[in-house]
Amino acid sequence: MPPSALPDGDPAPTSGQLPAAALADLASTDLGIYVHVPFCAVRCGYCDFNTYTLTELGGPGASIGIDTYADAAVRELDLAQRVLGDRSPSVSTVFVGGGTPTMLRSGDLVRVLDGIRRRFGLAAGAEVTTEANPDSVTAQSLRELADGGFTRVSLGMQSAVPHVLRTLERTHDPDNVARAVAATRDAGMQVSVDLIYGTPGETLDDWRRSLEAAVALEPDHVSAYALVVEEGTKLAAQVRRGVVAAPEDDDEADKYELADQLLSAAGFGWYEVSNWARSEGARCRHNVAYWSGTNWWGIGPGAHSHVGGVRWWNVKHPSAYAARLAAGESPAHARETLSDEQRYDERVLLGTRLVDGLPVSDLRGSGRTAVAGLIADGLLDGPSALRDARLVLTRRGRLLADTVVHRLLAA
Amino acid sequence: MARTALAPHATPPELIRNFCIIAHIDHGKSTLADRMLQLTGVVDSRAMRAQYLDRMDIERERGITIKSQAVRMPWEVDDTTYCLNMIDTPGHVDFTYEVSRSLAACEGAVLLVDAAQGIEAQTLANLYLAMENDLTIIPVLNKIDLPAAQPEKYAEELAKLIGGDPDDCLRVSGKTGEGVEPLLDTIVDKLPHPVGDADAPARAMIFDSVYDTYRGVVTYVRVVDGNLNPRERIVMMSTRATHELLEIGVISPEPVPSKGLGVGEVGYLITGVKDVRQSRVGDTVTNASKPATKDLGGYRDPKPMVFSGLYPIDGSDYPDLREALDKLKLNDAALVYEPETSAALGFGFRCGFLGLLHLEIVRERLEREFGLELISTQPNVVYDVTMDDGKQIHVTNPSEFPEGKIAEVSEPIVRATVLAPSEFVGAIMELCQTKRGTLRGMDYLSEDRVEMRYTLPLAEIVFDFFDQLKSRTRGYASLDYEPDGDQVADLVKVQILLQGESVDAFSAIVHKDKAYAYGVMMAGKLKDLIPRQQFEVPIQAAIGSRIIARENIRAIRKDVLAKCYGGDISRKRKLLEKQKEGKKRMKMVGRVEVPQEAFIAALSSDGEKAKK
Repeated sequence: MPPSALPDGDPAPTSGQLPAAALADLASTDLGIYVHVPFCAVRCGYCDFNTYTLTELGGPGASIGIDTYADAAVRELDLAQRVLGDRSPSVSTVFVGGGTPTMLRSGDLVRVLDGIRRRFGLAAGAEVTTEANPDSVTAQSLRELADGGFTRVSLGMQSAVPHVLRTLERTHDPDNVARAVAATRDAGMQVSVDLIYGTPGETLDDWRRSLEAAVALEPDHVSAYALVVEEGTKLAAQVRRGVVAAPEDDDEADKYELADQLLSAAGFGWYEVSNWARSEGARCRHNVAYWSGTNWWGIGPGAHSHVGGVRWWNVKHPSAYAARLAAGESPAHARETLSDEQRYDERVLLGTRLVDGLPVSDLRGSGRTAVAGLIADGLLDGPSALRDARLVLTRRGRLLADTVVHRLLAA
Repeated sequence: MARTALAPHATPPELIRNFCIIAHIDHGKSTLADRMLQLTGVVDSRAMRAQYLDRMDIERERGITIKSQAVRMPWEVDDTTYCLNMIDTPGHVDFTYEVSRSLAACEGAVLLVDAAQGIEAQTLANLYLAMENDLTIIPVLNKIDLPAAQPEKYAEELAKLIGGDPDDCLRVSGKTGEGVEPLLDTIVDKLPHPVGDADAPARAMIFDSVYDTYRGVVTYVRVVDGNLNPRERIVMMSTRATHELLEIGVISPEPVPSKGLGVGEVGYLITGVKDVRQSRVGDTVTNASKPATKDLGGYRDPKPMVFSGLYPIDGSDYPDLREALDKLKLNDAALVYEPETSAALGFGFRCGFLGLLHLEIVRERLEREFGLELISTQPNVVYDVTMDDGKQIHVTNPSEFPEGKIAEVSEPIVRATVLAPSEFVGAIMELCQTKRGTLRGMDYLSEDRVEMRYTLPLAEIVFDFFDQLKSRTRGYASLDYEPDGDQVADLVKVQILLQGESVDAFSAIVHKDKAYAYGVMMAGKLKDLIPRQQFEVPIQAAIGSRIIARENIRAIRKDVLAKCYGGDISRKRKLLEKQKEGKKRMKMVGRVEVPQEAFIAALSSDGEKAKK
């Protein structure tokens, strides 16, 4: 799920080569692969992800589309293999996101997974997730995914309330969610559902209904995200024109607290600010990797990668992406090599989002002096800090994670 | 044009005419002056820089003259060559004293009025000043080439003001040059020549003093008695300081050294001093060897009327600001400043100005000529506070306003003149009433134009009087004012408290009846300007221990970014880096983080205007 706007960065070499320093710890660090599928049947009004409808791409005969996407992805896997070389470990986690990955035939998704397996190998017990739209999966297609090696499906449920779904321009039939959950489980895969709160017009009771509906599905995992009005979306234009009200922080805070309360009561534990799992084994290991600073390669247009302190991101447009690969060049648009300072900032920024917390020993001196104040203000959990020497956010602290990070990093 | 100019030093007073032009800002004074310079042959058209006399960029851009100068021009009437000294006068309300000194250097004044607009308040005030100085007035209507010109109407207005016949009013166009020659002839004909004692010790009045980077201070004088000569020693009579005259001469229109200056002549002196304070406007210059016993009178120390704090936006620019002020001071005898520290704004200077325009000019020069970015705090006037125990406190900054038992507070007042079309009389009266004004008199200048005279507290004028006046009269009213002493008033200090802590930068001294409105306004403004914090922040306005207004900034409850996956990380980190920079621009008031922008918006007069 890369955001649509790419950051500024340094030029990336056309060969895709990485500096030797970035590869130094490659063998001993977990490797994940993210695959971005940039297609959707329709674009939802709130979405600013790098995704395209087939008409936007020029329909059949376009340089890239649902029929040829897998070929381009496999070409980038070849590049990844060349760049990482034979010291690369086998892949621990794969996550296929979008867009709507299930716009592709199951066979194509499996073909990309096979491509990963052939080049890098999959580690024992590897986690392989795909996102899915409840409307674009069938019992048949889900079985094919499971047979091909997928272990987990993340369903875009968003809400159980029709008027909320309408505002979000989600077209799926709420009943299809239950069918998709059941079919996923029947196929032997884990299920996660995604929810969005704070949609204009959504009441606290609407949100409670959505949460209760999600809990009733008995998924293994729930993600709940506050709606963000992103620049350049249809929703942003509607907010600007005053057609719909802007989401309100206080309202979103109420809804977050309600989510944490209901999900906890139903046996889900938070393990990251926006993610809850039924057990430790149900956490999404691929996402945990993002917050732990391990390595991952992002395949696909606009996908981001991180290897050994170098971050890069691919060109956004699918045609440009396919053209680069066809010419034997890296599709990277730009990259950045993190300084020590930046790596430290990221470690604090990301580590504090997790229930496992940030080890106090990771903090520099000035950050440590801020800890007592943050505990006193009720933003950090006191016992975890004192007993386990880890910084874990309280519920209030999770909502104010930005403040916490600023205070930990203030020189 | 004259065939030969008269040599300075030996000019018979009978052949000298000293005059100034009294005009409103855009009534065409500079254009008329340009035309005179051309017609008298002092400047040829090719070398003519538009509006030659206004030297500084700011003056040219704003179309106003801050610093006066004097140009010597030859003019021939009936085969006799005369010497005309045109003394330029500053055209703004803040510089009344300088105007009065320029007028005192002349025997006559050209009253220049736009034939399409009629006389304005400032012109009227200066006209009264000229009449008090017994100057001969030559009424002139300018811009008669304009289609909208109504010379008959305004000629009558002028005749009514100064007496005489409307037909005596000359009509010119500075733009086309029409009527300018007859005007020069009239100046020779009508104005009295200067009279003085050539054998007495020299007495010359300083009417301007300008700092020049290369030459030091250039002092402009009008000789009344005796004469001044190169290389002699002179004495400034107010300070008794002596200087050697390194150079003496006339401006025509560039400086030309002369053998000296005699009775009635106007010219410049250079003594090598580096600070205009050593050569002050209004002072009398005399010979050191044979000093005069009595000065010409009328000298006054410049008195700052309006104070404002100037702070660099970037704290590290403080030394540069100090240096810039030190430099500006060389050319501005009225500018005073001393270091000041504000909990909110850091290190800066409390500066005193003659008025609001003076403030704006200084600030603009600091920004333009010295490349500084500044915050100027809401201007305030000076208060004299008497405590119950008789102790006197001079308050130039609301933070100095004492706590405890106050017997009385006095504030400066001004005599204000407002000229406007008569349809706005009601609106103006209403405004002046809300601004604590007292009507002193009212006259109809013509059927549809009225002059209203008010006594007003200077503090009200400094706040937003002029903006309000303009908006209530659709821009037709003009305003002039001059200091008129002090009055005791029911004034209180409204303190603004953030989380119970008083923030002087937001406090103000206001009339008791306005305290509530100020408190509500400022508390409301701050509520919008200060971002939500982790805890609730009460904003209170208080007089002493009594709370008069209250707002609350609710605690922030959520700032976390919900989604932070692979592609979000770089973006989030960059945002964090930017915010870290932003934090450096935050000021801590107790535990409350207040962005610098909030101070700027809440305190600056710009912010006040932006609110409207």
